[in-house]
Amino acid sequence: MPTKIEKDEYTGKETTGHEWDGIKELDTPLPRWWLNVWFVCIAFAAVYAVLYPSIPLGTTYWKGILGWSSSQAVAKSVAQMNARHAAFMKRIGELPIMQVAADPKLKEVALEAGRIAFAENCQPCHGPAGVGREGYPPLDTNFWLWGGTLPDIQRIIEYGIRSGDPKAHQSQMPAFGHDGILKPAQVTTVAHYVATLFGIEKPGPTTAAGYKLFQDNCAACHGPKGQGNQSVGAPPLASRVHLYGDTLAAIEYQINTPRGGVMPAWHTRLDAGTINSLAIYVHALGGGE
Amino acid sequence: MPPRASSRAEVLAMSDLALGSATARFVTAAPARRFDYNEDIVRKFLIASMFWGVVAFFVGCYIAAELAWPQLNIAPWFNFGRLRPVHTSAAIFAFGGSALFGTSIYVVQRTCRAPLWGGKALANFIFWGYQFFIVMAALSYVLGFSKSREYAEPPWHLDLFLVIIWVAYLVAYVGTLLKREEPHIYVANWFYLAFIVTVAMLWIVNNLGIPVSLYSSRSYSLFAGAQDAMVQWWYGHNAVGFFLTAGFLGMMYYFIPKAADRPVYSYRLSVVHFWALIFIYIWAGPHHLEYTSLPDWTQTLGMVFSIMLWMPSWGGMINGLMTLSGAWEKLRTDPGLRFSVTAVGFYGMSTFEGPLMSIRSVNALAHYTDWVIGHVHSGTLGWVAFITFGAFYYLVPVLWKRTGLYSTRLAAWHYWISTLGIVLYITAMWVAGITEGLMWRAYDAMGFLQYSFIQTVVAVHPLYVIRLLGGIFFLIGMLIMCVNLIMTVKSPSTARGNVPGAALAAGA
Repeated sequence: MPTKIEKDEYTGKETTGHEWDGIKELDTPLPRWWLNVWFVCIAFAAVYAVLYPSIPLGTTYWKGILGWSSSQAVAKSVAQMNARHAAFMKRIGELPIMQVAADPKLKEVALEAGRIAFAENCQPCHGPAGVGREGYPPLDTNFWLWGGTLPDIQRIIEYGIRSGDPKAHQSQMPAFGHDGILKPAQVTTVAHYVATLFGIEKPGPTTAAGYKLFQDNCAACHGPKGQGNQSVGAPPLASRVHLYGDTLAAIEYQINTPRGGVMPAWHTRLDAGTINSLAIYVHALGGGE
Repeated sequence: MPPRASSRAEVLAMSDLALGSATARFVTAAPARRFDYNEDIVRKFLIASMFWGVVAFFVGCYIAAELAWPQLNIAPWFNFGRLRPVHTSAAIFAFGGSALFGTSIYVVQRTCRAPLWGGKALANFIFWGYQFFIVMAALSYVLGFSKSREYAEPPWHLDLFLVIIWVAYLVAYVGTLLKREEPHIYVANWFYLAFIVTVAMLWIVNNLGIPVSLYSSRSYSLFAGAQDAMVQWWYGHNAVGFFLTAGFLGMMYYFIPKAADRPVYSYRLSVVHFWALIFIYIWAGPHHLEYTSLPDWTQTLGMVFSIMLWMPSWGGMINGLMTLSGAWEKLRTDPGLRFSVTAVGFYGMSTFEGPLMSIRSVNALAHYTDWVIGHVHSGTLGWVAFITFGAFYYLVPVLWKRTGLYSTRLAAWHYWISTLGIVLYITAMWVAGITEGLMWRAYDAMGFLQYSFIQTVVAVHPLYVIRLLGGIFFLIGMLIMCVNLIMTVKSPSTARGNVPGAALAAGA
């Protein structure tokens, strides 16, 4: 109940007659435009609810006049995009990879499919465009642990490395230092020799001993000149690329406690067309043989 | 009901007139007061709110930097995943919550002309209990005991503890309303009460769960799957609606007319938009789950209720802005009012942006992008923080019985640097969000995705740096305000007994 209705001088409107801690209220009617816009919003909402799935009806719901559903909409949109390349991808997956690479149109599609598949699946480890990083080999240069031909690359992607898949590449370098095959002084000596192979150390008084140790222990896998051996996944040591670092300490560490990376077998996650496309894309990054 | 308050209201009005215009808003409180209002508790909450504001904004800047430079994640305590809830809880519950507790207790006493029900002991229990909850919550996140439920991360023991505090707050608040000496309840109190009651309901239902054991901090939600997601966003959305909107509208409805010294624009609008807001807001939660496994019909309802919510939200903006008609010139001289009015502007902008983003086809672009983060911050920085700053600039001289602010120039610096910070923040996030949305949906001519996810991360990196810069500006503004308000309390230039207005002039 109003206690004291006053007229506000500035607006000419009346107050409601109440007052709280000096605050009064004007009795202004609802702004017309405000009410109208609100009604338009409510009408829009009602129309939208009729057109689209909206009202729950017990165990079912109002499906909407348009018959729209979000799961169908996304399936349709994905199908549209797939339709642009589905036939090509099927053939890329079926044909032998050398034949795919020889067909200009198929190769074009494979490079495009490989680009995005690489960015989504491979880039987190191998870096953008396969530049590599410590522990993850570069793919854009002629440095291949298990071979760099198209079939080599395809096999690696398909089955992985030390992935647990029966067809995966397997290898394990012995822990020469940790398991006492070489004494600490010998590890240092052979590490120094390995460093001379790619020029960060100059030959010195221990080099001859290092050479002897290398030939006795390392050459079987890494080759007498440290050129590597792709059939056992032994990296080239006389190389400018080194998976786990190119300092003397890094070499010693690797001889003492070797590390070997794991790459997943992708055939459980990607279809044959995508794997072949990836192989063609990786092969074209700059190091393919 | 007898008009028992009329004579007292007239006395109040007369004392207002007698004291003149320029200093009236600072001076009226004291001589007209004949009740033993509990102002001590309001002061405590104000100090707590300012402290937590600095913490919240600092942690916000740090996690913004972590997003730009992930190396800053210091595992495990200072990882983004643990610090992010510290930021959100400190901003919403600690800074915003303390401000709401403090101002609501101030406003309810004044507008009911009744001291806070329950006396000093209950008030102190609410204050210290709430602060204890905040500290324990922050510790639990950093140490890895989060319930990982967004905006409701505290472990279940703390959830229950907060219920006790909240009920004590509700009892004190409603007790005061019941003991009021005014015939009617002022609109600010409707909003504050809606905030208190609804947040209690939301908090309890969303946190329903089964503990692993009495001695374990771990618990499992009572709900599962899409239902769990729905409950979570029913809570999350209405935390925005009833904590960050209704609560702060209560603040607006007191401090804007008070500082502008003008009557509220429209009583009828306040009634209609209050009830419309309360009834419609609660249904809009599903718009957070568009394009998810939530049923389509639920998503549609969330969207259409959001559209219908637009005008009820704007009712508050109209009432806030139009209350200034006849007092616009005060914006030049009253920095607190400038904050409040700008806050209402940002409120209008974000309550338009929200319904816009809920429209299905817009949501297809905006969902999961940084646009959402920008939207949230135009609301929290622009509306919630600014309306709070306006209340602080008003309240500190009143509560500490000073003649005015220490420096209106510092307050102006705070205003401009914070506004610039908000603009940098939200524009950076708009650009980042739309960039992400467009890049994620781009296909090439052969129907393959045009961009990988990491490419979109690289693309928005510069914008993340700009966002951090905006955050730092906002933090600097906050620190300026703290200095100004501390000096207002400490400096002899604002002490009572000086010539009224002299300090204001000197400060300017």
